[in-house]
Amino acid sequence: MDPTLKIVIVDENPIRAAILVDGLREAGHAHVVHLDETSHLLARIYAIDPDVILIDLENPSRDVLEQMFQVSRAVKRPVAMFVDESDKASIEAAVDAGVSAYIVGSLHKERIKNILDLCISRFYAFARLQDELDRTRTALEERKVIDRAKGILMKAKNFNEEEAYALLRRTAMNEKKKIADVAQSVVTAAELLK
Amino acid sequence: MSNERLRIGFIPLADATALIVAVDKGFAEAEGLDVELVREVSWSNIRDKLNIGLFDAAHLIAPVAIASSLGIGHVKVPILAPFGLGVNGNAITVSPALHAAIAAVADGAITDPMVSARALARVVARRKGNGEDPLTFGMTFPFSTHNYHLRFWMAAGGVDPDEDVRLVVLPPPYMVESLANNHVDGFCVGAPWNSVAVDLGIGFILHFVSEILARAAEKVLGVRSRWAREHPDMLARLVRAHGRAAAFVEDVANREEVAAILAAPNRIGVEAEVIRRTLDGRLKVAPDGTMRTSDRYLLVGRKSAGRPEPLQAAWLYAQMVRWGQAPLSAEMLAAAKAVFRPDLYDAAMGAPPPETLRENSAGEPGDGIGAFAGPAFDPDDIAGHLAAWKIRRQ
Repeated sequence: MDPTLKIVIVDENPIRAAILVDGLREAGHAHVVHLDETSHLLARIYAIDPDVILIDLENPSRDVLEQMFQVSRAVKRPVAMFVDESDKASIEAAVDAGVSAYIVGSLHKERIKNILDLCISRFYAFARLQDELDRTRTALEERKVIDRAKGILMKAKNFNEEEAYALLRRTAMNEKKKIADVAQSVVTAAELLK
Repeated sequence: MSNERLRIGFIPLADATALIVAVDKGFAEAEGLDVELVREVSWSNIRDKLNIGLFDAAHLIAPVAIASSLGIGHVKVPILAPFGLGVNGNAITVSPALHAAIAAVADGAITDPMVSARALARVVARRKGNGEDPLTFGMTFPFSTHNYHLRFWMAAGGVDPDEDVRLVVLPPPYMVESLANNHVDGFCVGAPWNSVAVDLGIGFILHFVSEILARAAEKVLGVRSRWAREHPDMLARLVRAHGRAAAFVEDVANREEVAAILAAPNRIGVEAEVIRRTLDGRLKVAPDGTMRTSDRYLLVGRKSAGRPEPLQAAWLYAQMVRWGQAPLSAEMLAAAKAVFRPDLYDAAMGAPPPETLRENSAGEPGDGIGAFAGPAFDPDDIAGHLAAWKIRRQ
């Protein structure tokens, strides 16, 4: 790794950016700047004058960065994307992970190969984390709905908790639905009948 | 017919209409195509995903298809355009302050683009004299019609787009906000963003681009050349689905339904009424409600808009050369023209009978472009086109 490289991360997702910044710092990159907001993006990037720019693909401002390819007075150093015809695999891996990298100046591609690899793996790590979080959240919500449905059944049919759950499960099996979906129907129906 | 699965990327803009209607109204399905439309946020993403095969086809600004095929600005991946998604459709919108400044120094009606361009030159000169910051204009991408249209217009009035003003790339959904925040003084973008700015009372539509260039290819359906070679049958079906969709869009009786389809949150996601105005070419151009109408504002299918014209590709390549993005060479010109494929269109749709061609070309510009300034465009003489202009990079 090259501790002298200045790296800018453009990402509006603070958690993902933090994961990325941490990863780069752990790998020995001291100069990592996170831009979380994209107004006056080019001016801010020029002020930082980075060697490498990383941007997430959900960011519409990616097109703004493409302007740096153009020769104009405003551009201090030429910018290239971290791809050429010889490494299609890199761009495929990056696009798949949801990140894109730009090299500023005459930096050798090999020098940032490991930066990009690190980004790709961190982006995947974030996606997995997000996925897990979503699953946990869904599971939690489902449990809440099932608890409420159980309560409604216990009250309406004078069931104990076990009987209420057994009815939900049986109905779900008969109707080929998830228990949480049946529970949601019970909750909705109970609200309508209030 | 077995259903073929296709992924097609698009940017939420009114000129994705033929594509969206082809899918949502069932024209693609009728051709045995099961299309998944993927809404994207940037042209860079669309280009990259088309290039590496994550998309089978895409809604592309015409110059991106050409730049990708020529390998300028990015990786060289040959792209073909077998269908034109739209001709015209852009507009130039300016802030109330710039509108007033232009009107104050105009030597005629500012609906005339030569008058407005000359007035802009005076505004620019005065600002320079006063030591004020140069004006800033937004456009959508370095290789965009919007970039070339703005440049063509202002340079004709004596404004050097690289020296006298700042041109900045802005994603279309950010244009309006940037105008409201005074980050830009004007912009060139496609529908519906000009209308959104006018409706909010923060912008005046100065010109429909059809007033600057009577006929300008805007978006195309782009596919990789290699994909086209490997899937000729699927390509023909895709073109047919688009041809039928475009005809459906152009039937005024269907406009309300079309506008409702496009207004959906996962498509363009703005009010149906705003989209309807675009399709009808009836736009509110000033916050006070002044309307301007043009039957050329956006052509989706009518006047042969769906049939790609190599001459249009030549004009776009000429702009790339004029502004220093590409060198001038006969090989590059030929390669640019070869991106637009009327033959593939004809193979799918059937060659149009002569009377249809006559009817479609009635009232169209003699040189195929109809620019408001400069000599007629000759696609075989790019050097001549460049020589006509004082302001140019090469």
